[in-house]
Amino acid sequence: MASSAAPKKDLVDPIFRAVAFSAATMLLITLGGLIISLIIGGWPALSKFGFSFFTSTTWNPVTEVFGAAGPITGTLITAVLSLAIALPIAIFIAVFLTQFCPKIIAQPISTAIELLAGIPSIVYGMWGLFVFAPWFARTIQLPIITSIPADSFWGKLFAGVPNGANIFTASIILAIMILPYMAAVFRELFRSIPPQVREAAFGLGCTPFEVVSTVLIPYVKKGMVGVVMLGFGRALGETMAVTFIIGNAHGFPNSLFSSGSTLASTIANEFAEATSEMHLASLIALGLVLFLITFTVLAIARALLSSQRY
Amino acid sequence: MEIAFTRAQRRKLASQIFVGVCVAAAGIALIALGLIMFSLFTKGFSGIDTMVFTHDTPGPDSHGGLRNAIVGSIMMCTLAMMIAVFIGVLAGTWLAEIGGDSKYGHAVRFLNDVLLSAPSILIGLFIYEMMVRPMHGFSGWAGAVALGVLATPVVTRTTEDILNLQPNALREAGMALGASQWVTVRKIIWKAASAGLLTGGLLGFARISGETAPILFTSLNNQFFSTDMSQPIASLPVVIYQFAMSPFDIWQELAWAGALLITATVLAINILGRWVARDKDHR
Repeated sequence: MASSAAPKKDLVDPIFRAVAFSAATMLLITLGGLIISLIIGGWPALSKFGFSFFTSTTWNPVTEVFGAAGPITGTLITAVLSLAIALPIAIFIAVFLTQFCPKIIAQPISTAIELLAGIPSIVYGMWGLFVFAPWFARTIQLPIITSIPADSFWGKLFAGVPNGANIFTASIILAIMILPYMAAVFRELFRSIPPQVREAAFGLGCTPFEVVSTVLIPYVKKGMVGVVMLGFGRALGETMAVTFIIGNAHGFPNSLFSSGSTLASTIANEFAEATSEMHLASLIALGLVLFLITFTVLAIARALLSSQRY
Repeated sequence: MEIAFTRAQRRKLASQIFVGVCVAAAGIALIALGLIMFSLFTKGFSGIDTMVFTHDTPGPDSHGGLRNAIVGSIMMCTLAMMIAVFIGVLAGTWLAEIGGDSKYGHAVRFLNDVLLSAPSILIGLFIYEMMVRPMHGFSGWAGAVALGVLATPVVTRTTEDILNLQPNALREAGMALGASQWVTVRKIIWKAASAGLLTGGLLGFARISGETAPILFTSLNNQFFSTDMSQPIASLPVVIYQFAMSPFDIWQELAWAGALLITATVLAINILGRWVARDKDHR
């Protein structure tokens, strides 16, 4: 009895450790497999077009000539624009919730914002397509286009078909989408500051503005940069909300109000319909480019946030 | 004296403006998000009737429901969660209990965090290359695996966080009784952390149930009712995407109904997850 139980007990732990270890390794294999499959899948396009894949704006499935400059530019413009809109608002909300808001309503608002961060992006996309884009075309885009001469600098910047489906509206929808997430994480960050820091600043006679701008924000500066990068990573890779509203036009976007495309939206839009091998390979190569950009951004974010994990 | 006075006033004014801007920003954001919820509920509710649950997706410009898409989504998400919970809980346990402090453990944790926020469409491309292309066809299996890959990092992360919160005395108690590490983890640690583990699973489920990008070209879509996982299968997010982009009013109305269903589900799961976690805290 004892002799049969003892070896069994000796074996159980090594097996448990081995199984748990393989589960952890599965995560590594998944990420490794992701990179390798993107490289293998996109290789035909990268080897055929070479460096011009990144500089050419031609995207022609009929003649099978593909260049990624349009989607790459679209991705960067929408991500930067949406971040520029969402970042200040997210900081203001987090400051409001942690510093100025009465506790009784701060908790429900915080919970609501965290819940909104989990809403599927397709909902934001649909709202953008059916509600926001028509409104934007009618009340903002049309008046601007008709009141500014088309050949002036501003006329060129705002040129485009007034249907609301363009790079600018896509950026706004993206901003609304990443806003709850960023606000929630900023709030966590501000809450992690020891109350003594804040009290000391008030004790020195600082106004609330000075407490926030000269004491609290510098205190969590590094973490804030990390959160910004996380938000940036989200905006870069977001697919559905953008695909609905960006207009899905290839080529280089030539104005703020012109239709465009991002890496993710091009893949989502064309992948299921791509018939030729070269078209598929080019779309996967777009995925590889997207992966490299987001991986860099996320790695920086994680390194900056290494002490706090979000 | 005069200068000092105006300076104090200026500082006070700047501060008041700042507070005002903060309040305004919070207000604008809540209004924008409220507007989205408002149109979702008004447009979605008018489309929800019993037909939504009893009929399959219709052809162009005719009436129908979302039954096949709902069933397909439930099947794929359930399977995905089985994968994610199995791998995620074990991997999270390894990180928290066994090898988390090693160099390899740090690498796994870092890459899990990267995977956690990697664009979901890339997961779709990956599974397409791994499953759809070699097996020559889109399938429900591929969609379920793609969603599983997406949910696993969430479960891993919450598992590790929850297990790290368990007091070391529990582990020592298990060891003192002569139990193996496996028994200690299974009967003591996992049991003590069960509410947290459940929350992790629910959060993972909420994350994948509205995801569209990874299943667009893995499970594709199916106009008819099907429970065959080896064939293309309909799912709510893909049907919503297809119907919303269509020019037909009836399809668009169904898309809003589907979007409301998904949002309500995601919100309910998230609230349930919080409630489970909170309930445990108070005990």
